Amino acid sequence: MATVELRFSAQPEHVRTARLVAAAVARRAGVDEAVLDEVRLAVGEACSRAVGLHRSHGIDAPVRVVLTEEEKLFSIEVGDEVPGSGVGASAVPGVRGGPAPDDELDDGAEDEMGLAVISGLVDDVEVTSGESGGVIRMSWPTTPATVLP
Amino acid sequence: MDLSLSTRNVSGPGGDRTVVEVGGEIDVYTAPKLREQLVELVNDGSYHLVVDMEGVDFLDSTGLGVLVGGLKRVRAHEGSLRLVCNQERILKIFRITGLTKVFPIHGSVDEAVNATD
Repeated sequence: MATVELRFSAQPEHVRTARLVAAAVARRAGVDEAVLDEVRLAVGEACSRAVGLHRSHGIDAPVRVVLTEEEKLFSIEVGDEVPGSGVGASAVPGVRGGPAPDDELDDGAEDEMGLAVISGLVDDVEVTSGESGGVIRMSWPTTPATVLP
Repeated sequence: MDLSLSTRNVSGPGGDRTVVEVGGEIDVYTAPKLREQLVELVNDGSYHLVVDMEGVDFLDSTGLGVLVGGLKRVRAHEGSLRLVCNQERILKIFRITGLTKVFPIHGSVDEAVNATD
């Protein structure tokens, strides 16, 4: 069961809220302080992408963020409801040389860059898509707050 | 925290430079404001920009896209766009996207204003 689940209407102003909630739950779950910036950035990228997909496809449904504390693991799933949204991104692009400086970035390029940032930041990431929408799943190791004798 | 923007003109050895001081968070919500500011400056004839990011707490790929767009616009006028940033967590985003090869990144506004290469 999810530790915390968040649904927000696909508006850019709510992405910050998702970042703050994710970072707070990650901290509680025992994700290392040094990694919290990465969690914040990765969840922000995933949510920005989902918001963009919903808006460009005229979907009114909310974006879904599921934060789960597992044994030795903290995972985040960001789900959109755009069918086949992950198809072009099923292979998460690795670290790239960056976009050509003279190219104007369109939405697709920003989307790609968002995924590039996620894949550069997060070791354990999976992008899937189906008929009901796409999911970006990311996880980080946790350290227990107290060490048992 | 919302985005804050302020601009000032500074003279350097290579001519006038416009310093854009950015504070707060640059994300999918606030990046359009930065884009508007950069577009406005270029439309008003400021082609040599120094974007001071020392006050930036958060930057995502949307913000990177706006900076790349700004670079494209000033280059169309043979201008320049230099960044000022010492924060490791912000620099990391430029590194993993390969944009350190695209933007000159300086340690201080003085250094960026005085750069002539």
